[in-house]
Amino acid sequence: MTPSITLRLEHALPAEHRERLLRVAREAELPPGARLFEEGGRADRFWIVREGTVGLDMHVPGRRTPLVETLGTGDLVGWSWLFEPYVWQLGAVATTRVRAYEFDAVAVRLMCDDDPEFGRAVGRWVGGVLSHRLNAARARLVDLYGSPAVFTAGGAP
Amino acid sequence: MTAVPVPYLVVDRRRETSESVTLRLEPVGEALADFAPGQFAMVHCFGRGEIPLSVSSVQSTGGLAHTIRSVGAVSEGLCAARVGDVVGLRGPYGSSWELPRARGGDVLVVAGGIGLAPLRPLVLGALAGSRAYRRLSVLVGARTPADLIARTELDLWPTAYTGVTVDWPDPTWHGDVGVVTQLLGRAPFDPDTAWAFVCGPEPMIRATARDLAHRGVPPERIRVSLERTMRCATGTCGHCQLGPLLVCRDGPVVGWDRAAPLLSVREL
Repeated sequence: MTPSITLRLEHALPAEHRERLLRVAREAELPPGARLFEEGGRADRFWIVREGTVGLDMHVPGRRTPLVETLGTGDLVGWSWLFEPYVWQLGAVATTRVRAYEFDAVAVRLMCDDDPEFGRAVGRWVGGVLSHRLNAARARLVDLYGSPAVFTAGGAP
Repeated sequence: MTAVPVPYLVVDRRRETSESVTLRLEPVGEALADFAPGQFAMVHCFGRGEIPLSVSSVQSTGGLAHTIRSVGAVSEGLCAARVGDVVGLRGPYGSSWELPRARGGDVLVVAGGIGLAPLRPLVLGALAGSRAYRRLSVLVGARTPADLIARTELDLWPTAYTGVTVDWPDPTWHGDVGVVTQLLGRAPFDPDTAWAFVCGPEPMIRATARDLAHRGVPPERIRVSLERTMRCATGTCGHCQLGPLLVCRDGPVVGWDRAAPLLSVREL
């Protein structure tokens, strides 16, 4: 694993659970433009990005599909696989060449059911990711960069 | 330090975005004392008034540069200044980034929009003394691609990681999308040694500093640049008071340990 992925997962999952999760990972390589999943599709896999960038997009009828967020090295791609009805809420596409760990979501859910400790750890990890993304989405709602910077812009008088 | 504006000649004018320009200034006569990155000058536009502006470049000649966004009468006048025009400057005022305190540690620079301008001399200082610091990361967020400044320069800085993200991409944008805090997870830094320098609008500063603290960077090692309306810049008039701080005198750059309690008080 690259150092940053190690660091991210170290913070997210205890060592024994991390190793157990990574044992069921397979290495995936995606060319730019490859679609990981479509909005509305069955959420049966998820990924951890090792290298490259994945864009999350949302279908808007009559418009070019807008990119709403990008994910990079160490990021979890997909969380809908953990929660019913296991349907993707957004689409995901590789915007660069991507190397990732790919996981079979059904297998991981079964592992969570079989071992409540492991299940709790995975739930906390994905919950933490969701919390961070929710905060980021709220920050964008209030327009983080909206107010003028006095020192750089002369916004006072 | 003089309380009377000293004349400076506009020797170069570069448009950064549709509403911001960078003016490079050289003293007409005697130069003001040296500015440290993070400090600010009161810049006088004759006939209109003066505003506080952080330095975006410091030259060994005594010259300096300011990046200005046109948001009011004075800033509009300064943005319209042409090469050969004269503006008035007084300063230097306030606290600096104090980059040397980060020696031996990782350096994280986080900018929101035009907030990159006051951080630019800090980045150049860290690159010039790169042996003194571990890894330098520069993270920049803006509302749209058109709001980004110094895009060419950003690509040239030999950092450990440079990330640029926008909230609202246009069809030409092929970079990251999302708030700047999302890039923190990609920057290589050890919270035990890292120093962070953050500049931008206060909502962005709050979001970034909280995230950094959550990731283990001690609040006193998160340096933020505060914004308040200023008049005298000498700690006399009280216009820039923020609780116990007079931002012109005690800031603009302060540790998050001091800023956090103040920025969480409503209507302070």
